[in-house]
Amino acid sequence: MSSSPTGISIHQSDRALKRLKVRKAKEARFRMCGIGAVVAAVTMLGWLLVSIVGTGYTAFYQHYLTIDVELTESVIDPTGARDPDELRKANFRKIIQEAIYDRFPTVTERREKSELFKIVSASGATNQARQMVYNDPTLVGKTLTITVPTSDDVDQLLKGYIDRDAPENRRKISNKQIVWVDALTETGEIKSKFNTTFFTATDSRDPELAGIAGAVVGSLMALFVAFAVSVPVGVGAAVYLEEFAPQNRFTDFVEININNLAAVPSIVFGLLGLAVFLNFFGMPRSAPLVGGLVLALMTLPTIIIATRSALRAVSPSIVDGALSLGASHTQAVFHHKVPLAAPGILTGSIIGIAQALGETAPLLMIGMVAFVTEIPSGLTEPASALPVQIFLWSDSAERAWAERTSAAIIVLLSVLICMNALAIFLRSRLERRW
Amino acid sequence: MKLNSIAACGFGALLAFGCGEEKAEIKSPIATAEAGDEIRIVGSSTVYPFSTKVAQEFKNKTGYSVVVESTGSGGGHKLFCAGAGADTPDVTNSSRRQKKGEFDTCVKNGVKEIVEVKIGFDGIVLANAIDGAAMDLTLKQIYQAFAKDVPTSDNDCTLQANPYAKWSDIDASLPAATIEAYGPPPTSGTRDAFVEIAMEGGAKKFACLAAMKKDDKSKFKKVAHTLREDGKWIDAGENDNAIVQTLTNTPTAVGVFGYSFLDQNADMVKGALVGGVEPTFENIAGGGYPISRSLFFYLKAGNVDVTDGLKDYALEFTSEEAWGPGGYLEEIGLVPLPDEERAAYRDAVENLNGYSQ
Repeated sequence: MSSSPTGISIHQSDRALKRLKVRKAKEARFRMCGIGAVVAAVTMLGWLLVSIVGTGYTAFYQHYLTIDVELTESVIDPTGARDPDELRKANFRKIIQEAIYDRFPTVTERREKSELFKIVSASGATNQARQMVYNDPTLVGKTLTITVPTSDDVDQLLKGYIDRDAPENRRKISNKQIVWVDALTETGEIKSKFNTTFFTATDSRDPELAGIAGAVVGSLMALFVAFAVSVPVGVGAAVYLEEFAPQNRFTDFVEININNLAAVPSIVFGLLGLAVFLNFFGMPRSAPLVGGLVLALMTLPTIIIATRSALRAVSPSIVDGALSLGASHTQAVFHHKVPLAAPGILTGSIIGIAQALGETAPLLMIGMVAFVTEIPSGLTEPASALPVQIFLWSDSAERAWAERTSAAIIVLLSVLICMNALAIFLRSRLERRW
Repeated sequence: MKLNSIAACGFGALLAFGCGEEKAEIKSPIATAEAGDEIRIVGSSTVYPFSTKVAQEFKNKTGYSVVVESTGSGGGHKLFCAGAGADTPDVTNSSRRQKKGEFDTCVKNGVKEIVEVKIGFDGIVLANAIDGAAMDLTLKQIYQAFAKDVPTSDNDCTLQANPYAKWSDIDASLPAATIEAYGPPPTSGTRDAFVEIAMEGGAKKFACLAAMKKDDKSKFKKVAHTLREDGKWIDAGENDNAIVQTLTNTPTAVGVFGYSFLDQNADMVKGALVGGVEPTFENIAGGGYPISRSLFFYLKAGNVDVTDGLKDYALEFTSEEAWGPGGYLEEIGLVPLPDEERAAYRDAVENLNGYSQ
């Protein structure tokens, strides 16, 4: 350190101070940019979450009507045979119509009656009565008290999505219907309850009866297959390429291809799945088995790349130590390197699989974009998947689908958050520090 | 040591998963043989809502499982005609009639008996925001607004690039708003129907183009079917809800979509009158509204023996409770066929009468 002739340190000369000021200003600007970027990212994410949760939370409750239904024998079982299969096909629509007309005996005109019937979920109510009688034919002739969903329009009205003050021809619900609904709400015959249907039912054409159970099970099955295929194959391939493969043109070529595959649009994997699994191997359409295999192909590159970088991050001294104590190369890799890389491998795999959970495009080609009436019970049963369900619902005309679409997105996001949290937990649990 | 054992466990579990997977693969051929268990339906996304409604009711009544895929009309016919047998789709939905080429492919691949069922009508509407200007268009004006090239005058078929920037440029009675339309992309059946009915219908109103249709059909088609590419017509993707949203945000824009979306969103958008006729349920059913099309499904008669419940599904679809006036399909927007036509198609289903082209 030298002093200038005036006795002031060169670090405190005017020019130096000026330079210092410029440097500090630059650094401050950089920090501001950083903060700005974080704020922008958080705002966008917050916006997304608020808008989705804001429109979606109302789907978790729903309005139900409690009504007395007389199971008239002359309507549903005119022969008196009590044959369950015949009873199942009977005209329960008429039974429900009579039940609701009886509740408002003053309504007699045909057009008004049809408006009145639209208060209740036609499909939901008829099916509920139908399944009860099918399971217990002795109920014919008795009067049952059942609780059934209201129609989607009534539900939307009571949730405040339909503007009561709008002119009558501009809303899906007439003035008379509003009067009836208000009367039923006042007496407590219409009540709002937690929407269990949403979690236990399969897809339905009627918003008030639709649920995500089938899609969730389909997604879980596909993910199970994807995990079971892609993790062992991906980790195996990565360990071999990183530790054992000779460095030559061929392995370079393989490596470039793997990196490229990670960026291929997912629909391409769907086309590959269609050509290979369906057309060549003749596997069934719409099956979670095929969906899982396609998703496995899609996640393979991610897992291979993550595993290789996790292996590379292990300190070479560990391997050197093992080798110097007489371990073979294979022993050093499998006894020391792979276990130490395990947290990274697991994180990479879980994030890869979580990404697969959100995919629709590859499933389109193999027929999983479908309406399935049953919860799949095996890997080869037809199934849909959660993102597909969201896609199909968002394209439906009825207004009530909007909240259900958002609710399904909330469920999907929750699953993703759980998976990522698991990845973080496993990493911090297994990670070894020196 | 502890870490080692955890990792080993992890690997063991992965291997076990792997084994489970292999078993599943071995099992699959047997399961494929059972794939004919459920009724398989593919095809049009326009018919999808009606088909799924019937599937749901049918499942409730009989317990048979039905799988409906939304593949688009063209994709549906391709899958449907790929072959006969339990592992091919039993039914395909279509928002247009099966083409000659598709029928021939079917026959070539062994699908001999196909039952054609027309299920009802669907209107295509031009709509704008509820607060936007009221519109009363003719087919000719629709053609003039959206065609890429238009004739210079009624009698002179020299084509010029579409000069109209505002609706009022076409006719002074129309609003002085910029022409801007959001409509379905070329892959959509709604687009096909819009182009074939509205655009062709409008083009024919030019005397010289009508003459061209007689002389040179393919040239006429090219003139009538090509929509403008200068940004006035925007392919808005398959999602009609998105178009409705766009319209409420852009009051001057017009959207093209199916009638059921107008019906459901009557508080946000209103339909333009076409030829002085309002797009309402009654006008579409009565045939007064010009832009409407028929919807179909096609059934493999040969699959009735291999797929349990297939015929019953078709009977449920063609029951008065479903497709009749006041039936549950009308409730969700299907415009029913006239009585005689319903009776004729019902008869075709009962006797499994194949059709020919």
